[in-house]
Amino acid sequence: MRSVILIAVMAIVTILLRFLPFLVFRKETPPYITYLGKVLPPAIIGMLVIYCLKDITPLAQPYGLPELIAAGCVVCAQVLKRNSLISILLGTAVYMVLIRTLF
Amino acid sequence: MIKQAFYKSIPVMAGYIVLGTGFGILMHNAGYGVLWTAAMSLFIYAGSMQYVGVNLLTGGASVITTALTTVMVNARHLFYSISMVDLYKDAGKYKPYMIFALTDETYSLLCDGKTPEALEGSDPSKYRFYVSLFNHSYWVTGSILGSLLGAVIPFSTAGIEFSMTALFIAAFTEQWLTTRDHIPALTGLLSTLVCLVIFGRDRFLIPAMLLITLVLTILRGKEEGRS
Repeated sequence: MRSVILIAVMAIVTILLRFLPFLVFRKETPPYITYLGKVLPPAIIGMLVIYCLKDITPLAQPYGLPELIAAGCVVCAQVLKRNSLISILLGTAVYMVLIRTLF
Repeated sequence: MIKQAFYKSIPVMAGYIVLGTGFGILMHNAGYGVLWTAAMSLFIYAGSMQYVGVNLLTGGASVITTALTTVMVNARHLFYSISMVDLYKDAGKYKPYMIFALTDETYSLLCDGKTPEALEGSDPSKYRFYVSLFNHSYWVTGSILGSLLGAVIPFSTAGIEFSMTALFIAAFTEQWLTTRDHIPALTGLLSTLVCLVIFGRDRFLIPAMLLITLVLTILRGKEEGRS
């Protein structure tokens, strides 16, 4: 039951977030909001990258090395091939191998 | 119409099936069966939130924590919607579903506002509706697949959660390569790092979002001068 409630909360909040701008800006979008709509997405993706890496321990074993090496692979693959799927698969595979072997 | 929408959605298909499968496996490992997994993918339909959601479910989070975390993780959808307000204006009966299904990936496919040349004269909203629907179906399919596979996969799937990190790093790299103005991206990275150090890993997301919005607001004059 508790899980049902939590899943419903996640679904409802997500729906509200997606619908809110359509309800608020029915006529004209204020320039400030248009500006935020342009600059926030790259900033938020940057934030999410840090969020995903928040649990690494740069000052203790294994110094976040599996994450950083795998992240480096994702960046290199993306720069070379420009195909997100290949980058994601490669990075995840490298990470899964690293945590089993070297670290 | 359906064919063009399907072609458009192919790049997302593989990604959603892989990431959806990852989510299904995580749910299985957390002790949740296929119905739970399918329901989350059908009704929440927000990839990163669902990955975070697994931790909320197993960690015994409160309703308030769950709601706040959802706001933080999904706040970016406000801005996807904001930039689609004009494009989706005349979508009529397709509009509610299209708004519901506006994920990162669907946004990235549709935000340029273009439709295939072959669909000249037909309803662009219907085309966008089908692209949204195809993506949603891949996500649900992948999740169910992962949930079922989780029970039979003979090896440990530890580390599969890195697929979410990899998704964001790839998205970050891609937008870095396609834009000349890197100030917003750097603002996001640095503000979040500063807040992580100051507030600690459990409570840095809200301060980070506030700081990002503040910095970008201060930089507005300069940023708009660039474009």
